This record gives sequence, C-alpha cells and structure tokens, in this order.
Amino acid sequence: MSAATHTPAALDVPRHHAFGRFCRAYAKRPAGLAGLGLLVAFGVLALAAPLFIGDDQLNVIKVDGPQLSPPVDGYPLGTDQAGRSVLLLVIWGARESLSIGLIATALTVVLGSAVGLLAGHYQGWVGKVLMHVTDWFIALPSLPLAISLSAVLGQGAASITIAIAVTSWTATARLVRAQTLAVEARPFIERAKVLGAGNTQIMIRHVLPNVMPLILVSSTLTVASAILSEATLTFLGLGDPTGVTWGSMLQAALMGGAVTAGAWWYLMPPGIAILVVVLGFTLVGRAVEHVLNPRMVTR
Amino acid sequence: MKTVLEVRDLTVTYPARRGAAPARAVDGVNLQVRQGEIVALVGESGCGKSTLARALVGLVRPTGGQVVGDGEPLGYSAAALKAYRRHTQLVLQDPGGALNPRQSVFDAVAEGPRLHGLTDRLGERVHTALAKAGLRPPEQFAGRFPHEMSGGQQQRVVIAGALALEPKVIVADEPVASLDASVRGEILKLILELRDSLGLSALVVSHDLGLAWNIADRVAVMYLGRIVETGTVEEVLLRPRHPYTRALLSVLPDSGEPPVLLTGEPPDPTSVPGGCRFHPRCPLRAAEPDPRCDGLDLPVLTGDPSASALAACHLVQ
Repeated sequence: MSAATHTPAALDVPRHHAFGRFCRAYAKRPAGLAGLGLLVAFGVLALAAPLFIGDDQLNVIKVDGPQLSPPVDGYPLGTDQAGRSVLLLVIWGARESLSIGLIATALTVVLGSAVGLLAGHYQGWVGKVLMHVTDWFIALPSLPLAISLSAVLGQGAASITIAIAVTSWTATARLVRAQTLAVEARPFIERAKVLGAGNTQIMIRHVLPNVMPLILVSSTLTVASAILSEATLTFLGLGDPTGVTWGSMLQAALMGGAVTAGAWWYLMPPGIAILVVVLGFTLVGRAVEHVLNPRMVTR
Repeated sequence: MKTVLEVRDLTVTYPARRGAAPARAVDGVNLQVRQGEIVALVGESGCGKSTLARALVGLVRPTGGQVVGDGEPLGYSAAALKAYRRHTQLVLQDPGGALNPRQSVFDAVAEGPRLHGLTDRLGERVHTALAKAGLRPPEQFAGRFPHEMSGGQQQRVVIAGALALEPKVIVADEPVASLDASVRGEILKLILELRDSLGLSALVVSHDLGLAWNIADRVAVMYLGRIVETGTVEEVLLRPRHPYTRALLSVLPDSGEPPVLLTGEPPDPTSVPGGCRFHPRCPLRAAEPDPRCDGLDLPVLTGDPSASALAACHLVQ
C-alpha cells in the first residue's frame, strides 16, 4: 500500500535483513540442514519421477521382472509379487504420499488457524462456541471417523486428505488460540484500537503476523503426522486401490505374503521412506522453531 | 479557553468474581482539559488513574457518567469511537510493548492515517509526524524496526503515530515511567513543544509529582477512584491543602517538611471506606478526630478549571 509513497529502500531493506538473518541462523543448525537436504532430495525425486518412470514399470500387466525377487542386478531393491521394481515404486509412492501430506496440512493449518484466531479474538460467546466445537472434534475418535468418511466419500486420495484434515485441525486451533490470547494482551493491540483499528484489522495486521512463526513451526510438524496418517489409512485399505503410495505398498506387501515369505526388501523401503521424510520434516520444524524463537537461540 | 475533553461524574466498576465485591476503580470523577492545556493526573498505584485514562479514549466503557469530547458525549458504537479517536489519542507507558515488533516505523506511524482513510500523500504525512516527534531526518527512521531503536526513540515513534492523525488531545499514561532519566526530560520537553507549536492538549497520567511540576498547567490528585484535590500546579504542589497531597509532597527529598508516612492498609477499590475515603489513613484525622470524617460522604469535586483550588476534605474547608 505504501510502497509508492516513500523510498522503496526504506521499506524493503529491513525485510531482506530479516529474511537474511533467518537464513544465516538456520544455516548454523546442522540438523535442520540435514532435514532440509532429505526433504529436497525426496521432493526432487518425486517431481522428476515421471521422467524416468512410466506405465511400463508400474502396470502389473506390462512389467516383466522376476516375482518377489530379492535385490538383484537391475532391481537394486528387489521386486514385488507382480515383478515391479520396489525402488521405482518407492519413488513413485513419494508423489502421492507427499502431496496428500502437504494438502492435508494446508487444510489443517488454514482451518485450525482461522478457528484459533477467531476464538482467541472474540472471547465472548463466539469464542466459547468455537472452542466447544473444537473440543467436540478432539473427542471424536480419529480412526473410525476417517473410516466412515471414506465410506461416505468413497475410497481415494481426496477422502483420505479430508479425513486427515478433519481429525488434526484441532491441535492447530488450540495452539493458535493460546498464542492469540497472549498477543491480544500486549499493549500494541490497545494502541491499534485507539488508532481506529477494527476487529479484522487487529486480527490480520497485528495478531496474525505475530502468530505466524508458531503456525509455520507447527505446520512442519503437522506434515510429518499427516504423512504417517496417510500411510496408516492406506495401509488399512482406505486409499485408492490403483494408486501407489507408501501406505498402499505396505498393505500390498502384507496381503501378498511378503512377511511369511521373508521378503524384507519389499517391507523395509516404504517404511524407511516414511521414517526419513517424517524425520526430515521434524528436523526442519525443530530448526525453524529454534531460529524463530529468540528465547531458544542461546543453546 | 475551549474545553476539548471532559468527564462528568464518571464511574468505572469492574465486576467481581463470585462472592467478592465489585471494584470501583473510578468512582465519580469530574475533570476538564482545555485547549492547549496540560493536565497531570497523579496518584499512587491502583488509584484508578490508568482506568480513567483508558475510559477517556473509549477503551474502557464507563458504568456511569460521560466522557465528552469537543462538546459531544462519546458514543460507544464502532463508528462513533473511531470518529472520536481521530482527535483523542493515547500514548502508553511501555513504548517497546506499544509497537508491533513486526511493523516498521513507517507502518506503525502510517497505521492511524490508513485506518482513517487518510492515504493521500501518506508518505509526507508520516514523515511530518516523525519530524514533529523529533525523529529527524524521518527517512532515516522510517525503515527501522522497533527492536533497532532505543526506548526514547520508540516512545517518539508512538507519539508520532498519534500525531499523524493530527489529534486535539493526547492522553498519555505514564509516558516516561519506563524510560531512562536522561530520556525522560527529552520526551517531556517534546510534549511541551507540541503544546506550544500545535496547540495540543494533554492529560498526562503519572505517579511522579516532579513530572507534574515540570510540564503540567493543572494537577488533579486521585485517591481510590476519586479526585481529592485539583488546581493549578502552583496551588496544588506549593500550597497543598488535602492531607493526602501533603503527605505525598512531604516525602519528596527537597520538601523541607518532616515526611508524613501514611499508615494503615493500602487502599482497596473493592471496599471503599464510608465518609471521607481517605479517613483510615489520614494523619489529620489521627491528630484531631472529627465525626464527619467517618460518617459524612464528601461531594464529588466539580472539576471546573476556572474555580480556584478544590480539595475534598472536611477538615480543610
């Protein structure tokens, strides 16, 4: 709004400073860098997968590899019971696992932040009603809810995404509400009111920017749990039966007798992939938390 | 002189938790601030002076009485409050807390004009306000963030933010209490300069009688929700009449009088004593007991600035 009315340098320089400071502080956290590296590696693989994986390698009718074979030349992680390369399946599975995890997190964060912000700002009956609704959702058992949701919405990525979002936004809402209450008690809110700010302006210009770091941190941790939930739900057979995700690979391995056959190469890779991605998001989340929270910098 | 801000029989009562008595934070106050005048409101912690300041800018809704800005009683709809706050602004005690840590100085000062739709030549308005508040050259400060400035500079930004709306009155709640002694003088000088150059009126809330002496034209002394003595700064501080004011002044290092230490319990707004509200701690009453002190309620002081000094005391009238 104001960019045209005074020198751009005066406004932009500090923003860059702030971002630069963040990057420099982040670069000093090796665990955070390792987590970021893991995520970037998985992200690049997932995005680039269509370049080297086609229907030939994924369609159970077209593949011609040995069935349920341990790692051999050409199949570094072995094959599944249809003869597909487990390595390629894990890479392909990253696409859906990551996208469901990220979309569910986005829904969770938007819904949870909106409810938390409103409940924290309007402390009268609006806040009470919102918190009662939140409590009600907390009390809902998430697994049966997800199963019934996918029964209603049909199997597939969409119903899994919605089921994850519906069962996990409450934590974000509670967190954001607590932080909103803390920010609302600070004197600059009083100053803004006297300057003429209404409810919307106070929430958007003053509370939200001060709650944002917390939302950012909590969302990196939410992605981790969303990916785990996605694996759980597809493992239970609620996902798209034709798609490949890490959860559906585990399910297929179980159903295909990989456990009794001792086919460790089929079970381990998707499990380890889940572990590594969740670890990556957790490391990034912790590092961001440390960098953005000045009281934790000293360690 | 025109009255720009007035309170009439104002009461603010905070509801109590179940079983306890409500707190009468402001319990009948009349006060007027005239154009170009600086009024100091002094009193000890918990006497209701901050509540009165917040009621003056509409942050606290009075339970009784009126706030009158520019001759019109203040309404409490969002639009009426916004219109009122265009010419009555607040400066808070802690400038570090009063500025949003994520807003640049420019945005902090531009906030008021933006909210009131004064976005025409906004940059010029902000720079003028910064310069008026003593942040020169303004370009050098516009891009900074609160944590990059000293407490005195932060308080100047808060004052600039208020000035950007070109208000008639500033209500300052302990504006220098959290600042270094060296910076205090600068901020007080700034308030005086703004009065002289812009004709600004101010109500300065403080617990510091020295501050009142330095900047105020008139002083109102508040005790337990009510103004107990009011008059020009010379009348109140050089010839205090109310025993509470006298006790406050006697403990200043250069008062030249033996210090009067108040005894008894600190005042509690949930149980205001009957009669004169100061009687349980009053040194005059302790010396010569008078039945009126405990039994007869005192009238609320009129707060008329043209009257000579007023004191709410049975014994000195």
